Amino acid sequence: MRVALGMPGRPAPPPAPRGTGHLHAAESFPDAASRELQDAQLRTNLAHATSTIRAKRAAVVAEVPDWEELRDAASAIKTDAMARLPELLIQLEEQVTARGGVVHWARDAAEANRIVTELVRATGSREVVKVKSMATQEIGLNEALEAAGIEATETDLAELIVQLAGDTPSHILVPAIHRSRSQIREIFLEHMAGVDPGLTDEPRLLAMAARSYLRERFLRAEVAISGANFAVAETGTLGVVESEGNGRMCLTLPRTLITVMGIEKVLPNAQDLEVFLQLLPRSSTGERMNPYTSMWTGVSAGDGPQEVHLVLLDNGRTAALADEVGRAALHCIRCSACLNVCPVYERAGGHAYGSVYPGPIGAILTPLLTGTTDHGDPNASLPFASTLCGACYDVCPVKIDIPSILVHLRARQVDAERGGVPGAVEAGMRALGTVMGSPRLFGAAERALGLGRFVARDGAIRRLPWPGSLWTDSRDLPAPPAEPFRAWWARERGESS
Amino acid sequence: MRIALMATCLADALVPSVARATVTVLERLGHEVVFPDGQTCCGQMHVNTGFEREAVALVEHHVEVFGTALETCDAVVAPSGSCVGSVRHQHGSLADGAGKPHLAHRARAVAERTYEFSELLVDVLGVTDVGAYYPHRVTYHPTCHSMRMLRVGDRPIRLLREVEGLDLVELPDADQCCGFGGTFALKNAATSAAMLADKVRHIGETGAERCTAGDASCLLHIDGGLRRSGPDGDGGGARTIHLAEILAATRATVTS
Repeated sequence: MRVALGMPGRPAPPPAPRGTGHLHAAESFPDAASRELQDAQLRTNLAHATSTIRAKRAAVVAEVPDWEELRDAASAIKTDAMARLPELLIQLEEQVTARGGVVHWARDAAEANRIVTELVRATGSREVVKVKSMATQEIGLNEALEAAGIEATETDLAELIVQLAGDTPSHILVPAIHRSRSQIREIFLEHMAGVDPGLTDEPRLLAMAARSYLRERFLRAEVAISGANFAVAETGTLGVVESEGNGRMCLTLPRTLITVMGIEKVLPNAQDLEVFLQLLPRSSTGERMNPYTSMWTGVSAGDGPQEVHLVLLDNGRTAALADEVGRAALHCIRCSACLNVCPVYERAGGHAYGSVYPGPIGAILTPLLTGTTDHGDPNASLPFASTLCGACYDVCPVKIDIPSILVHLRARQVDAERGGVPGAVEAGMRALGTVMGSPRLFGAAERALGLGRFVARDGAIRRLPWPGSLWTDSRDLPAPPAEPFRAWWARERGESS
Repeated sequence: MRIALMATCLADALVPSVARATVTVLERLGHEVVFPDGQTCCGQMHVNTGFEREAVALVEHHVEVFGTALETCDAVVAPSGSCVGSVRHQHGSLADGAGKPHLAHRARAVAERTYEFSELLVDVLGVTDVGAYYPHRVTYHPTCHSMRMLRVGDRPIRLLREVEGLDLVELPDADQCCGFGGTFALKNAATSAAMLADKVRHIGETGAERCTAGDASCLLHIDGGLRRSGPDGDGGGARTIHLAEILAATRATVTS
């Protein structure tokens, strides 16, 4: 399907600006990954956690007979929603407003942060509790609130661990996947006010410590901030899917509820939820059903929050939507199944991606949201952070063809850099393109390659100067054969067709 | 059948024994093999590295060479899952994207009659016992593009099970990528090496003498790791061998 966006002659929609939020990596993926790979603890944690969750997911997906049909349905619903985004968002605004909520539109991270900060200030409260939310991580809301003198407490256990440690999340679903329980104990002892100094690293005791710390804040808070897993345009209903019940506390106890949601989360109809509520928990936590699904529609008089706000966030989403191939990345429901099966993520970890969206989906979504410039832009390295093994596409519940989008973004990057000074790989690829375009040149290159036999020992080359060292630093290279295949064929068969 | 061999640029230039073995097996089964000598490269490496413009020229060349070959041949075969994957899943859409619908049409016609080696044997020629003899302990690595782009499934395993004398052992975490990924191995050398180290260790755990697969490129990478690990290292002294080379082996070649 082709969807035309924007008006001819009008400027393209802006990408997510730099300066605010956590979408722009500070260093390239290869540099960051090389460093992260040195962390043996990280690699052990990641290998253990991802293999456990992979097995759980595979088991619960295998028991759904119509899994493939559900994936097709989800893909179709999302494609339809993206094609009708303006109309659905306006319908959503009308419905939320009609039911007593207030809708705000934020074009980028800075605007969203400003809106939320002003809303909190208007309540007179200096403290908020937060439901785990990728959108608010994306825009750096906690930092913005802190700068305005407002204390935000993450109430999801893993997010709380990350926040107390002054750390950043490394996984969409399991933000503290890089931490072991002994590290968590140390973080609690050091940073959690009022914690029992005799705390051990027994998981139950760690959870109880977090529970009593958070309970106080749930009961005290006047304002809660959440994201949303989906919004239903037809009814104005917002929904959050979670496991710990902290979300339910935040969504029901405080008087004011502010939700920050990316505009791509809107679904046309309430019935669409039957598809996503089956796909999400099985793909995400490997559970048949998640423990808590909370939905709210505007304000209910005398019950729950009496002030309900919805901040609709663009921050580069319209720019991503304008990319005909890349726009499918906006179908993502943040389940993180692709992270758990990705061999690159498993080795390098989430921090290597330099964005709140790590793993295969991050490698496409981040550069689509931010746009990329030239060689110096770390985000431009993200689409190359994959072997194109395809494991991500196989598990994606909404069937995003991540490998194809990676290849598309690589081409976009290569084209953007044409005319500049090429890197070693780029120069090689161009030369190879010429050689391989001609059987004569290819045959000559094969013969020239035979010279490599002089640097080989026992049939292998063990050390080459840069850029060959990128290969030979960790693997041998076979000596070129005495006779390439086409030479053998010509000699043996004497004729060709 | 008259079958056109797509040797693949990598096997042609670096691992010619793989292309020769493909010829050996098909001829032993009574088929005629031809080698269209204008062939160079399918363009996969260029597509996957982002050089689409260069790749379109290579696709045009490939379609010209093999489109012509198919006028007198029944099928095209390549001893590579990823090259066939590119022919089947990238050539058409690449030509479409370049605004060349005629090329896309011809590319799809060539792709329809292009098979990976195990597909050709099992699906087209209907054989699993090709009369091979290979008295070694072997483990099989299902390369990513064979497994996920082509869905060759257990075809290679069925072929290996019929090889006389072969002791097939299961590879732990077989479905994990070896870390090659074309230019990924250079652009992200550290991550690639970490993935390769795990693959080498898993191969070592099987006690196999040989690790086989349907892609010379992945095997080149894995073999580079096995060689570096050495006879006493994690890889347990194992080496690699392409599926076609095992299927080409007979009592005569093994004992000679």
